[in-house]
Amino acid sequence: MNVEFKAISKYFQDQTALENVNFHDDVSSLAIIGPSGGGKSTLLRIMGGLISPSHGELLVDGRQLRFDRKSLQAYHKKVGFVFQSNGLFEHMTALENVTLPLVQSLGMDRKEAVHIADSLFERFGLHDQRSKHPYQMSGGQQQRVSIARAVSVKPVLLLLDEPTSALDPEYTADVLDMLRELQKEGLKTMIVTHEMGFAKHACEKLLFLSHHTVVEYGYSNDVFKNPKTHELQSFLDLVLEWKV
Amino acid sequence: MKEDRFLTKGINPSKFHKISHIAIVVLVLVGFVWLSVHLIGLELDFGTLFQYRNRLWQGFLMTILISVGSLVVSLFIGLIAALGQEYKVLFLQYFCKTYVQIIRGTPLLVQIYFFYYIIGTAWGINNRYIAGIVILSLFEGAYIAEIIRGGIQSIDRQKYEIAISLGLTSYQTFRFVTFPLVLSRIIPALAGQFSSIIKDSSLLSVIAVIELTQTTQEISADNFRMFENYIFVGFLYFLLTFAVTTLSKKWEKRFHYERRI
Repeated sequence: MNVEFKAISKYFQDQTALENVNFHDDVSSLAIIGPSGGGKSTLLRIMGGLISPSHGELLVDGRQLRFDRKSLQAYHKKVGFVFQSNGLFEHMTALENVTLPLVQSLGMDRKEAVHIADSLFERFGLHDQRSKHPYQMSGGQQQRVSIARAVSVKPVLLLLDEPTSALDPEYTADVLDMLRELQKEGLKTMIVTHEMGFAKHACEKLLFLSHHTVVEYGYSNDVFKNPKTHELQSFLDLVLEWKV
Repeated sequence: MKEDRFLTKGINPSKFHKISHIAIVVLVLVGFVWLSVHLIGLELDFGTLFQYRNRLWQGFLMTILISVGSLVVSLFIGLIAALGQEYKVLFLQYFCKTYVQIIRGTPLLVQIYFFYYIIGTAWGINNRYIAGIVILSLFEGAYIAEIIRGGIQSIDRQKYEIAISLGLTSYQTFRFVTFPLVLSRIIPALAGQFSSIIKDSSLLSVIAVIELTQTTQEISADNFRMFENYIFVGFLYFLLTFAVTTLSKKWEKRFHYERRI
């Protein structure tokens, strides 16, 4: 999927979240890293059509994305979003959560939707969670159901906003394994993450965002090996300091 | 985890334990009332009420009718006033806010007199029962508006973002997300408000709506047995509110979804 950010800025009241972000490339698997408050989530949320930029344009496959609800509805069938935590509806079971977009957004019949949901649950070891409400599941299970829901509609691109940052390490591995499998199948992903291992090994490209703008961009391996800026170097030193 | 010494959470008393403690509560309350009645030398004879059973039954039914009618109308008014307070047309927003402020800031008794004798007379509303339901609904509607508004505000923004990210329309978001979530969170408060409606309906007796309290006043003028009459009518109101509370507890369980923070 070809994505182009043209001079995008975003302000919340008097606070700057993004300042003149430019980016143009084919996205297959992209990791967005950077210090907290640098604008990573804001960038992803604009990409996901959840908030609109204050200035600038977003072009997807060469066409400008319009941020009105009608245009976005069509867009959301192609682009899925996974939130950091609490991404499921608490009043619905796992099955209801997954079938909701299938039936309501895609207009699929219920039987077919249940069949799709069940095969996803089966595949990702979630069949025991089928009839549970979110509060009855672990954080990792909730997150995997969220991902199952996002991919059930067969999106072209999946956006993930720090999907593992609220999880225990063993659940983190579960979620990342699931993602890796989906990527191998050809799902395009854009992930904001603090998991440097995942960013380096499972993502083709890497975007380093700091001080509200893009500081470095390139192939993950290259960027990790040869950081060009002092900013990225010190960020990596900091986050990798205690890695084994 | 810190142990909560004064909370029963997690403690499961046996059936015998429960029944014996209920018996103690009943014994203490009945004993206290009996002692008080005995101290002032009052002799209660509830048998005298038997001859008024038809009128009491009529009053009882009227109280139920007025309460249910007011519940339906006040839910409608409350919903409009709750949404209106967030509406972008300023006139409507201010109108709804003013309505809620004034109604919640004045006694029901004053409102009954004002609406019935001034507004009602001016606009030719003569039917006491319709007027009664409307006035009670206007009063309770303001409280229900605040309950609904609180329920809507308790839903965090992310729930709407999830709905958007799933490609749901505004209507679908309301139907599958906002409505069930708000309902599950406000049911206990709404049930409490319905109990209030039942009790508040007694004030409509001042405009001679023949409901339970007015019936009791009329009976008292006839048999002069105020104490028996009012104790009995209190019991009847309690029956109604107790039924509402029991029902709401069932619903609360049905709609309770634990929230992870």
